[in-house]
Amino acid sequence: MSQRQVLQVFEQYQKARTQFVQTVADLASRPQNTEALQNAGVMSLLRPLLLDAVPTIQQTAALALGRLANYNDDLAEAVVKGDILPQLVYSLAEQNRFYKKAAAFVLRAVAKHSPELAQAVVDCGALDALVVSLEEFDPGVKEAAAWAISYIARHNAQLSQAVVDAGVVPLLVLCIQEPEIALKRVAASALSDIAKHSPELSQTVVDTGAIAHLAQMILNPDAKLKRQVFSALSQIAKHSVDVAEMVVEAEIFPAALVCLKDPDEYVRKNVATLIREITKHTPELSQIIVNMGGVAAVIDYLGDSKGNVRLPGIMMLGYVAAHSENLAMAVIVSKGVPQLAICLEEEQDDHLKAVTAWAFGQIGRHTPEHARAVAVANAFPKLLNLYLDTESSEDLQVKAKKALKSILQKCTYLPALEPLLYEAPSNILKHVICQFSKVLPHDSKARRLFVTSGGLKKVQEIKAEPGSAIQEYINAINSCYPEEIVRYYSPGYSETLLERIESYQPV
Amino acid sequence: MARLVKLYSQVDNAKKQYFIRNRIAEENRQKENEAAVRIQSWFRGCQVRAYLSHLHKNATLIQKIWRGFTARVLFRQRVKTAYFIMKMNFYNKMAVKIQQRWRGYYVRKYVHNYYARKRYLEGLTRKNEHIRRDLEEFAELQRNERERIIQEKEEQGKTIQAQRLHFLLSTKQCPGVFNSPFREEPDEMELRLRKVKPLLARSAPKERKTPNIIPDLSNLMPNRERLPPIHKKPQGPFRPALEVQQQRQRPLEPSLRVATSITALEEAREELKRQEWRTRVIDQTFLPFLKTSQNKRCEGLMHTSTPFEQVAYGTKHFREEHEEYLQGKKPFKTVFTTCHVFDKFGRLYSNAGNIV
Repeated sequence: MSQRQVLQVFEQYQKARTQFVQTVADLASRPQNTEALQNAGVMSLLRPLLLDAVPTIQQTAALALGRLANYNDDLAEAVVKGDILPQLVYSLAEQNRFYKKAAAFVLRAVAKHSPELAQAVVDCGALDALVVSLEEFDPGVKEAAAWAISYIARHNAQLSQAVVDAGVVPLLVLCIQEPEIALKRVAASALSDIAKHSPELSQTVVDTGAIAHLAQMILNPDAKLKRQVFSALSQIAKHSVDVAEMVVEAEIFPAALVCLKDPDEYVRKNVATLIREITKHTPELSQIIVNMGGVAAVIDYLGDSKGNVRLPGIMMLGYVAAHSENLAMAVIVSKGVPQLAICLEEEQDDHLKAVTAWAFGQIGRHTPEHARAVAVANAFPKLLNLYLDTESSEDLQVKAKKALKSILQKCTYLPALEPLLYEAPSNILKHVICQFSKVLPHDSKARRLFVTSGGLKKVQEIKAEPGSAIQEYINAINSCYPEEIVRYYSPGYSETLLERIESYQPV
Repeated sequence: MARLVKLYSQVDNAKKQYFIRNRIAEENRQKENEAAVRIQSWFRGCQVRAYLSHLHKNATLIQKIWRGFTARVLFRQRVKTAYFIMKMNFYNKMAVKIQQRWRGYYVRKYVHNYYARKRYLEGLTRKNEHIRRDLEEFAELQRNERERIIQEKEEQGKTIQAQRLHFLLSTKQCPGVFNSPFREEPDEMELRLRKVKPLLARSAPKERKTPNIIPDLSNLMPNRERLPPIHKKPQGPFRPALEVQQQRQRPLEPSLRVATSITALEEAREELKRQEWRTRVIDQTFLPFLKTSQNKRCEGLMHTSTPFEQVAYGTKHFREEHEEYLQGKKPFKTVFTTCHVFDKFGRLYSNAGNIV
């Protein structure tokens, strides 16, 4: 009788604890409850429960803590200040897999907010414990650990160097080879976060042979995995030419282009980013991409997507065109210019417009032929509008102006230049008139057309300071025509004629 | 004497004369001296001047000749350099012409070959079209696949719905909901209802016990003999309970390969040897005479009388045996490999002897 009673008391206590922890965990899953929970002092109550005798209670307490720390950095800081991390790290090495998962979740939630918090997580020795759990058999535990490592590494180079020093990278590469999609996904994202900071770190990732394994997964049907894989590859490739060449040598290429048609827009964006990171290094790498039809694929992708997703594609076109005039011609031949014009028309964001203007500048600055291709796509008025628009950002104005200048200096396509005579401000007008002064002496048809379309009249109306460059150009234009014509079109000619009538004395 | 007297008379005069003359001489001496100096100075002056002018004349001559010489040398040199520069300019001009031609040729041929570039760009456009078409085809394929999957899901959902609503099927007597008599043809659902089979009626779901009511007694009684449940609910046609129980309680049956030691053969041989040793009657066995086999010659063939004999190779033995080559080599080891398909045949839940 008495023993049963004693046991009953314990059972009741255990039931109450379990119920409490579960309720708190449930409440913590809704963001609006966090403040109330914090005010009620949930931290100090959960902490002893982490050391509870019953494993279920421990796990649920860790889960609740993780959920709380996930919402804002105040709570995460409270977790750090409450000295909960050492307990978690200690038990991460000791307990069963469910508890490990929950503890890794808490670490991840804390490390996610800021570099300082992540540093705190590293300082309490979490990395070693996480490395041990990466070697665990259970894929769920591995996934949680890889996730936490990814969140720690993503803040800055120092933290990811610490992660690398803990020997995580080979284990992550092993994790990529596991059959579970979720684990692959998280491991790829962790590799991406590690490689993104510096050339050395990306070299470390490459040295473990990650590229080959990542390259195998690019045709995986899972979209989220593809996102992470392409992001990892692009972060690896972005630092140096050598690594970019290694990425290309992994034979990802015709296959990766296929992913530009993926229904998932982030996959497309990451593929475009990868191509951009590869092409930006050297003309040779760009040439490789161009030769396998990458430019056409990217241009099609620009047509398929909207908004920010376009950004890497546009930049890629700019980088390719910047390398050499041959490559710029390849972009033009692949019908890139009309597509860019469409982008300039459709997009609303200033940074996208700025990038597009930059790409135009890179394409058009090589030879008159290139400039003509840009001019035919009717890019000048748009660029001019962007430059003159008071609502455009400073960067956009600078980019548009630079692009206009570099294209105008090569452009000899007069029909596109003429409208600029009427609209452009003087610093642009200078280049326009310079082009006219270069072309007109050698082209009689153009001279005639220039007069009939009213260009000459407009030129006479320009008030230039004597001795300035623009005056010289105007003089050069005037010298192509007979004097009477020039005088006829100069402003105030009718008055002088009338004056001559007055002063004329009939004999 | 007279003369002497005369002379004496003249002595005074002579003395006077002498004094006078001396005086006059004294008086003129200064003058004469000056005159002499003057004459000397003039003469000396003339002499020195003449000498100097002579020297000057000679110096001028030397200078004239020297200057003329150096100037001629200089002139010659200048002419040479001018000629050289002229030549150089000419050569440079010609070299530029040659280089022009060569560079033009070289660049047009190798660096910026217009036709090669044109060909490249045409090739690129073709490649681009190709890639575009391929990608388009691939995207189309993917789209179709996605649509197919969606359609299949819809179809499945409709089928499940139909299974659930199977009781609405019309009967001979009264038409169902989906088979309105006022319409010309029954609803699509009606046709579907006819096709599918109804879901089996299930008993009402049992009230699930919340897990926190059961106290965790695992730490009190760690080693309970209870078999873990395989599934939550029982499935399928079952074998008899006894057989199942036997199957689950079956002791470990290692395959032949696992059960047999790798040295089993040697052990068996050892055992055989030992047995033989134990049971044999005489220690020294009778061996045939060693030389007999060597001395034995092949008999001649019956129907021939040739001295040539039949060769033993091919009829008696097939291999040249060189014992010396085989010395120090171990004999092959025989390892048992088992075919474990048959180990478990018919003893498991399996269809055709497949390993489960």
